[in-house]
Amino acid sequence: MSVRVTVAVAHRVLAQLRRDPRTLALVLGVPCLLEALLKELFAGQSDVFQHVGAPLLGLFPFVTMFLVTSITMLRERTTGTLERLMTLPLGKLDLLAGYGIAFAVLAAVQAALVSALAFGLLGLDVQGPRWIVALLAVGNAVLGSALGLFLSAFAQTEFQAVQFMPAVVFPQILLCGLFVGRGSMAAWLRWISDALPLTYAYDALAHTAADTFDARFAADVAVIVGAVVVALALGAATLRRRTD
Amino acid sequence: MSAIEVSGLDVVRGGAQVLHDLSCTVPAGTVTGLLGPSGSGKTTLIRSIVGVQRVAGGEVRVLGEPAGARSLRNRVGYMTQAPSVYGDLTVVENLRFFARVIGAPQAAIGAVVSAVSLDAEADRVVSRLSGGQRARVSLAVALLGDPDLLVLDEPTVGLDPVLRRDLWQLFHALAGGGTTLLVSSHVMDEADRCDTLLLLRGGALLAQGTPAELRTTTRAENLDEAFLRLVERETA
Repeated sequence: MSVRVTVAVAHRVLAQLRRDPRTLALVLGVPCLLEALLKELFAGQSDVFQHVGAPLLGLFPFVTMFLVTSITMLRERTTGTLERLMTLPLGKLDLLAGYGIAFAVLAAVQAALVSALAFGLLGLDVQGPRWIVALLAVGNAVLGSALGLFLSAFAQTEFQAVQFMPAVVFPQILLCGLFVGRGSMAAWLRWISDALPLTYAYDALAHTAADTFDARFAADVAVIVGAVVVALALGAATLRRRTD
Repeated sequence: MSAIEVSGLDVVRGGAQVLHDLSCTVPAGTVTGLLGPSGSGKTTLIRSIVGVQRVAGGEVRVLGEPAGARSLRNRVGYMTQAPSVYGDLTVVENLRFFARVIGAPQAAIGAVVSAVSLDAEADRVVSRLSGGQRARVSLAVALLGDPDLLVLDEPTVGLDPVLRRDLWQLFHALAGGGTTLLVSSHVMDEADRCDTLLLLRGGALLAQGTPAELRTTTRAENLDEAFLRLVERETA
């Protein structure tokens, strides 16, 4: 791995994002709007907002970065720039790490904005430290990016890539324990839930909200980190120097 | 001395044999034209030479190494047929990125921008440029880092005659400095600008030699006719 090349890739991806202010505005603005909408929606039951506010704050970056990364990587594959890069002194991990860093930076800005709004204006409260919520949000963004990089290999067009969102992201959100507690799920649904990385991301956020930093929280963080590493390794495996 | 040696190359794509038992050489320090009609296998041969094509058999050696070897990655400049640059970045931003990846000095950027006559467009976003200008950005990237071998897939498509002449002058100046160039084209009138030619048809090598040699052996007046006679001879 080369630090020079990794930084070059991250720098380039961020420069591309800067050139696209509309996407940037959507990535940063939409989660703020949704968080505010949630607050209004549960205006009569403020305990519901307190229950789902923090987990959603931490899960937004996962969703947006998954989508943005898979499309960016797909473009890299279809426009021939990936083929050119594969002939240059660039390691596959340099490329993946560069992407991961760039989207983690974007996620940090996103998490900072939504946190400021939710904790500052909307009156969201968590028992645990707020910075851990923001940090978990960035971690989830990296997880979303890593999964997006991997899954972009299975899409030939942007239409297909967008469909991975309902196919891959929605089931994870439904089964992570946010809507229905994992304890009240049918056993087979809980087994599926056990196998999905977002379950652990939600659980870590819920533990932070309740200020219960036990062994389970540590295990959650370990699973998130492990899932990032596995997704990046799978992503690297889909980057072939030689293709048909 | 040969910069590229291809022997018995077989490539199968999607169940179809694209290159069949192809052997050829590209002499070092020359401009070699790779000519043939669309679909003759030019791009597949080029991709095999830069090491991104999965091959079914045979051997490709580039600058004494197996094609695609790690040590070749900063010695070979490759320009794909479709401009492989980032449309949402400016010309200079593209070059800055690729220069960092290659490890070429940032000072080299000005020189390659001038070499492809894009000084006036240097700070424009690539997606706003014309097709020919975009192709030249892609060519500028291939020139970064002074590679020993330049493999260019149809670099002059869509360019006006003045720019085309300028680029061919650039190619010969580079060859004069010791660089080997392999340039593909489907336009026969570009063949006369090359030092040596590889004529490809149906995934096989039809002929190899200098333009003069090909005219003499076929007793043709121009290379278009030479190509036709070679095809006739082959099918007779």
